[in-house]
Amino acid sequence: MAQTTPGGAPLLEVRNLKVEFPTRRGTLVAVDDVSFAIAPGEVLGVVGESGAGKSLTGAAIIGLLEPPGRIAAGQVLLEGARIDNLPPEAMRKIRGRKIGAIFQDPLTSLNPLYSVGRQLIETMQTHLDISAGAAKQRAIELLQSTGIQAAQQRIEHYPHQFSGGMRQRVVIALALAAEPKLIIADEPTTALDVSIQAQIIALLKKLCREHRTAVMLVTHDMGVIAETADRVAVMYAGRIVEIGPVADVIHRPEHPYTVGLMGSIPSLVTETERLAQIDGAMPRLNAIPAGCAFNPRCTRVFERCRSERPNLIPVNTTQAACWLHAR
Amino acid sequence: MSALPAGLSPSAAPASGPAAADGRAPAPLVDLTDVAKYFDVSAPWLNRVLERQGRRLLHAVDGVTFQIHAGETLALVGESGCGKSTIARLIVGLYAPTRGMIRFDGQDTSILRAAAGRTLRRRLQMIFQDPYASLNPRWTVGDIVAEPIRAHELIQDKAAVLDRAGELLSHVGLAAADREKYPHQFSGGQRQRISIARALASNPEFLVCDEPTSALDVSVQAQVLNLMKDLQRELKLTYLFISHNLAVVHHIADRVGVMYLGRIVELADKRTIFGAPQHPYTRMLLDAVPDLNMTGKSRTPVAGEVPNPLNPPSGCTFHPRCPHANERCKTEIPLLKQAPAGGEVACHAIEERRI
Amino acid sequence: MASVRILGRFQDAWDSDVAHSFRNSPITIVAAIALAICLIAAGFAPWLAPHNPFDLKTLNLLDALTPPAWIQGGKAMFPLGTDDQGRDLLSAIMFGSRVSLVVGLVSVFFAMLIGVSLGLLAGYAGGKTEAFIMRVADVQLSFPAILIALLISGVARAAFPGEAQDQLAIVVLVIAISLANWVQYARTVRGSTLVEKNKEYVQAARVIGIHPVAIMFKHVLPNALGPVLVLATINIATAIITEATLSFLGVGVPPTEPSLGTLIRVGNDFMFSGEWWVTVFPGSALVVMVLSVNLLGDWLRDALNPKLR
Repeated sequence: MAQTTPGGAPLLEVRNLKVEFPTRRGTLVAVDDVSFAIAPGEVLGVVGESGAGKSLTGAAIIGLLEPPGRIAAGQVLLEGARIDNLPPEAMRKIRGRKIGAIFQDPLTSLNPLYSVGRQLIETMQTHLDISAGAAKQRAIELLQSTGIQAAQQRIEHYPHQFSGGMRQRVVIALALAAEPKLIIADEPTTALDVSIQAQIIALLKKLCREHRTAVMLVTHDMGVIAETADRVAVMYAGRIVEIGPVADVIHRPEHPYTVGLMGSIPSLVTETERLAQIDGAMPRLNAIPAGCAFNPRCTRVFERCRSERPNLIPVNTTQAACWLHAR
Repeated sequence: MSALPAGLSPSAAPASGPAAADGRAPAPLVDLTDVAKYFDVSAPWLNRVLERQGRRLLHAVDGVTFQIHAGETLALVGESGCGKSTIARLIVGLYAPTRGMIRFDGQDTSILRAAAGRTLRRRLQMIFQDPYASLNPRWTVGDIVAEPIRAHELIQDKAAVLDRAGELLSHVGLAAADREKYPHQFSGGQRQRISIARALASNPEFLVCDEPTSALDVSVQAQVLNLMKDLQRELKLTYLFISHNLAVVHHIADRVGVMYLGRIVELADKRTIFGAPQHPYTRMLLDAVPDLNMTGKSRTPVAGEVPNPLNPPSGCTFHPRCPHANERCKTEIPLLKQAPAGGEVACHAIEERRI
Repeated sequence: MASVRILGRFQDAWDSDVAHSFRNSPITIVAAIALAICLIAAGFAPWLAPHNPFDLKTLNLLDALTPPAWIQGGKAMFPLGTDDQGRDLLSAIMFGSRVSLVVGLVSVFFAMLIGVSLGLLAGYAGGKTEAFIMRVADVQLSFPAILIALLISGVARAAFPGEAQDQLAIVVLVIAISLANWVQYARTVRGSTLVEKNKEYVQAARVIGIHPVAIMFKHVLPNALGPVLVLATINIATAIITEATLSFLGVGVPPTEPSLGTLIRVGNDFMFSGEWWVTVFPGSALVVMVLSVNLLGDWLRDALNPKLR
């Protein structure tokens, strides 16, 4: 897949990533054999329902898996070098300097005891060779570029003095402070109101284009993906079931799950009496069916789906893990 | 489940639009007149005295008037803090209104909070947002669903109560044998089905649905929305549907009320709201929804955020974010009036034909 | 059919997370075994104890202050030695633990009853009822538990004639310890009630039209009770210590029917005259009992806390 990425060498490459949770009732595999690549400046959307493993994939890449979760197999390569086996201290240096993170709740990324200016300046001084004065100047510019009015004064304010939308802007500024090459944004707009969501998405897009920062955008909201991403990976029960250019996946989905997912989103334009629905629910991690994990809910299931697990198969412009597309 | 009883033709089902279509308006099922709810969020008495502060009132709902007709679905949309959930709780009697009158089938609903309201209580039920918090974790599903039956003594025989609970469960797409299980054994979508079964147990006519699908994944949301539509058709239910998701509202509602900071700013049938939105806030909201067909393109997002409801702007509370605001908007609160393009709108600019 | 269901229940209990965390905690298992020994020794003291320390006919003053059996001068029939009146210490400890355990359990039960009821009422009713109950609790909390217990037993001593005193001693002790401890329960239950009553399942019950009192007992109370059980376990240890302290100070149970505290007080006089065993063994028994209860309580707190799982 990395070879098919447009624009030369990938910035981030994930190869056969497997994330496990050992429990006393056996080992749960939350992310299974996930491979993808992100090119410099590219926005990859990762979409899926809760429990599909999309957030864990992001957490595994930045080395923030909550124990007992662990990377059981596979590799994560940043600019060609492995980062999944680095000691915690080295990984901490990479976080912030090379990979920035934005989470759903802005408060988890901000220290309530420090002013936002101090947090921005500290982040820059930790990772960049920059004087205190220059860092402060840059912090003000960054806040301004995220659309925060009167950045000169606001820089002295503490996180609780900002509204929810403004906090997420501060978090974006913080993620960009050390000019990382990649940002992992995990549901960055889920906690925000609709009108604020649109602002934050536009801001994220604008800044990443300006800084040529690549983004891995994890969300359950297909609309956000449609507006923001270049490519999209659809995850189901710990695996990528379809990956490809965003317009193709949305308008011509090849995997039955993606087809069902797209059909179940109510539209603002067309009126339908009934939504297309996928019956059943995503399997729990301890009861993932044999063969294709989607087979019990699939309307086009046949014998092979129940016994053999499909890998990604190229179909037109996308790749889908579905036996329907096997020759 | 989804199949209609044989012989029930679509024309025999209640008209989905407002029943006023034939010109002679029947009495509405639910009727709110100038309803307001203020919450006292003052500091404790001693702090107020020491810090010389007055009482602080949060105007969660501030003068709301609307009707819901039998058989229709009215949706209320708005961003957080607009008062839509407060209206839901006012109607079912969880809160007492500070001002105004709520009538259900002609009766004042203030009796809901007294013993005399028992018969009325049976006729209106509520579905909540969080499928994990809305079921008592220590009760079996059968007991949860049977609770309204037992509370209203609808069925006396003990075995018959359990049979009815099983019947309700299979009605919402679960198995009757699920009675024995506990809520934690079910997924979010299944729990929401249990909630719906409980709400239906007392054979209500009217359901208040407070963001019933916003905690669910899209594919599960589709299942629950389909179920709710099927049940409405089959049982001739009337819905008040509260949501922040405009696409969901577009799918399920017949009429839509758009709320902003405790007031309804636009109230019209679905086609008007989505086809020809009039109030600047409605337009802004619709514009903010990410569109699946807009891949890669960017829109000009609207500026500003919802102000603090404790300290709302003067006049029209939307004026600081409104591109059409003038002096009058800053001082005078606009009232909900018949709009030229249909429905009702609370906007000076539209009234003055400036937009 | 029924037996299958019971077996299934047992299987569920064995598989549950609580049971699993118990099996994986050796300290907890040791504590549970130690406590079980204490409970059996105390519960079956009349049948298990080698002597009846209250039967004056069997006491022989010549046996007084016999050292433990393994020390020179010790006798096999008195494994842990005897006290100044020739009572077998092992038997005295077994009978003494009975009093200590009964006082501990009963006083915790009453403290729980008062505290849970008032806490539930305060949390659910709110307003002035809540303010009144919680202010009383605050006042109560500003006195140390021992002081309250001393006060109550002092008043009881003054109010009742000498003979009744001995009979009433344990009752007074239980009341004193219960009154000193209810506040913790009230605060805990009020806190969890405030959390639970705003949950949607309680609102759903209100919409259905369930009576507030029924909501309180059928919905809120069962869900607010978890932390109370943990608190109660740990408080049994505290209550046993309070009883021992009061008895040590001489306001507890009388020496004719000694509890562990009374035994320690009596033995204290011989501490420095070489007869250390008279106080060290009852003391050790108290430590083992309290420590094992505390360890079990700590484990229960962690096992029931979903965040630590």
